[in-house]
Amino acid sequence: MLNLQKFGVTFKRNLMDKSNKSGAEALIHSLHLEGVEFMFGYPGGAALHIYDAIFNQNYVDHILVRHEQGAVHAADGYARATGKPGVALVTSGPGATNAITGLATAYMDSTPIVVISGQVKSNLIGTDSFQETDMIGISRPIVKHSFLVQRAEHIPEIVKKAFHIATTGRPGPVVIDVPKDLTDPEYKFEFHYPKEINMRSYNPPTEGDTSRIKEAVDLIETAKRPVIYSGGGVIQNDASDELIELAKLLNFPVTNTLMGLGAFPGSDPQFMGMLGMHGTYQANMAMHNADLIIAIGARFDDRITNDPKQFSLGAKKIHIDVDPASVSKIIHADIPIVGSAKECLSALLLELNSRNLKLNESDISEWNKQISTWRDAHGLNHSLLELGPQNGKILPQQVVQSLYKETNGEAFITSDVGQHQMFAAQYYHFDKPRQWINSGGLGTMGFGLPSAMGVQLAFPESTVACVTGEGSIQMCIQELSTCLQYGLPIKIINLNNAALGMVRQWQDMQYGGRHSSSTYENSLPDFIALAESYGHVGIKVTKFEDLEAAMKECVSLKDRLVFLDVDVDPNEHVYPMLEAGNAMDHMWLGKEEKTWK
Amino acid sequence: MKRVIALLMENQPGALSRVVGLFSQRGYNIETLVVAPTTDPTLSRLTMSTEGDEKVVEQITKQLDKLIDVVLVTNLSESEFVERELMLIKFRKDSFPENAFQDSNVVSKNDEVINVQVVGTSSELDALITEIKGSNPIEVVRSGSLGISSDKNTLSIEN
Repeated sequence: MLNLQKFGVTFKRNLMDKSNKSGAEALIHSLHLEGVEFMFGYPGGAALHIYDAIFNQNYVDHILVRHEQGAVHAADGYARATGKPGVALVTSGPGATNAITGLATAYMDSTPIVVISGQVKSNLIGTDSFQETDMIGISRPIVKHSFLVQRAEHIPEIVKKAFHIATTGRPGPVVIDVPKDLTDPEYKFEFHYPKEINMRSYNPPTEGDTSRIKEAVDLIETAKRPVIYSGGGVIQNDASDELIELAKLLNFPVTNTLMGLGAFPGSDPQFMGMLGMHGTYQANMAMHNADLIIAIGARFDDRITNDPKQFSLGAKKIHIDVDPASVSKIIHADIPIVGSAKECLSALLLELNSRNLKLNESDISEWNKQISTWRDAHGLNHSLLELGPQNGKILPQQVVQSLYKETNGEAFITSDVGQHQMFAAQYYHFDKPRQWINSGGLGTMGFGLPSAMGVQLAFPESTVACVTGEGSIQMCIQELSTCLQYGLPIKIINLNNAALGMVRQWQDMQYGGRHSSSTYENSLPDFIALAESYGHVGIKVTKFEDLEAAMKECVSLKDRLVFLDVDVDPNEHVYPMLEAGNAMDHMWLGKEEKTWK
Repeated sequence: MKRVIALLMENQPGALSRVVGLFSQRGYNIETLVVAPTTDPTLSRLTMSTEGDEKVVEQITKQLDKLIDVVLVTNLSESEFVERELMLIKFRKDSFPENAFQDSNVVSKNDEVINVQVVGTSSELDALITEIKGSNPIEVVRSGSLGISSDKNTLSIEN
């Protein structure tokens, strides 16, 4: 049964409560004033005053996870799906260190989360006391900013600053480390929540440096082989509508990064699919042969460019990004535009619409035809289900296509890391932003299930599926218990190839097929029994003939978590795949087929 | 080429470790680093010299600017600037190279050792060390470079 009656109830925010509060009460009340509905966490000694304050209020719901990594991933998933900051609460020492992978994941993908960690009492800091760890120090390289609270009275202002920093500019995780004595219920002070915050050292670009917009439009008018390349920044900044408007106005082909999928409708014919390491043939060929690349909220990551020295040498680059440090970091920007994706795209559209625009329409039409030719030659086959079993086995891609079909392409899909992640990215057409949630930057196995919890809590009525593999799912499988406690009906789609598929693929391709530590030698659990022991539904699929009926059943069980364990062809590789250290037109298209001689 | 970067940051715990950590985290090299509070006690001024081409230094300044505790950053070597470093040198009295120094350089002296102080550009100090090598100085301490622009520009939150 769905156990969400507690949730979805909108409490009128208690803005008027200015009574004296302890540090712990001030912390929770500040979260409430920031609009926090849920927080994910795990109690422990240094955080117990805070947990007592949570018990005594009704505004912020606490979700008890089974491991702190799960708490941070859940907060991250919530943030990615809603656009609102996610919050996690952990205790000191091991609680804090367990949160580190979650923080690094959020940092690499620039998601707005606030992680509150209990700390030992102020007078014990630095004495190697029980469950003490230097959280500020250990998290420093993987947070946007962090605060060590030094006086209880500072808590409201620090929370205000933390949310401001986490959500503005290029978003990112913020840590608040709170020594236990500063949350003492015996010490109360007058509570004031600052209305606004002014930090002289933090002024992220908001309106955007649009002085270069005219130059950008001049360049757009000369383009014959243009590509729009957009990334996670467009999704983070809710600039999808502007992106679509731009692409439609110009009739330029669009590709999205792994983090940017859904910003442009995946089923639109103008969409070339994902680009990069496992991008489509047509997207990578278009990037390589372009004469203009318009990069928006994307950072020319090494999984995109392959060898930067050979990257799209014939193209001028317009680079729009909110982070000045991302511009010209890897690839020189001919026209750098620093500002938020939404503001910059709006300014660009305004300039385009105000001109008597002269595009090279016949060249662009030729270019689009060329892309179609590439697509026809080596594009992904989105009708694999019609082929039936392959050598008696189910292809992992077929499972994703079946999921797409049964969910009408409308589900939230979270993912872990590996082959299944790439198959999901390639074969589920994401038509909406925030629909696809995965750890792109850090590549964190174990992200899928806990992040799905955050998504499901935010959208209790929506279908949330976690596309995973038998390797990744075991990294945070303890959260199955959390899902039972809170009645989260997530659909776990386990592409079970009984191997660490992506590792195995690399071993096949680069290590002479020596499968060093990438198989389990018959030690995998019975996932059906496992799911059932956690109180959920398990469905096993071993034959192609059963796949679609099982998927239908899985998706139709609206109130239950379903663990769909599908045995897939263990020999399947992800293609295309860029050849390491070369240009983007050097792709493996199959085990024997490649684009170069 | 040697570059000198100066920045103002919040004078609070943790700020320095963020700046220094950034260098190791992103693989940049720090040659010298000097930090002290300014006349405004809420701010510290940090001067660092580093080797790197223009592109690397541009990345360094951008990444420093992103740190929340950093208020202002400037690459002093982009225009004319004055660079100075202080050096203290200890000699045994019997091998003190008198001709290399003036009396005003001597800051302490006893029967065994003489300490001198010298101020100059880093390259002047490098040259001096080479020059006095034969006198076997027993200890050399350098402060690291400080920098200030030669024109009317100032690194200040006032303007």
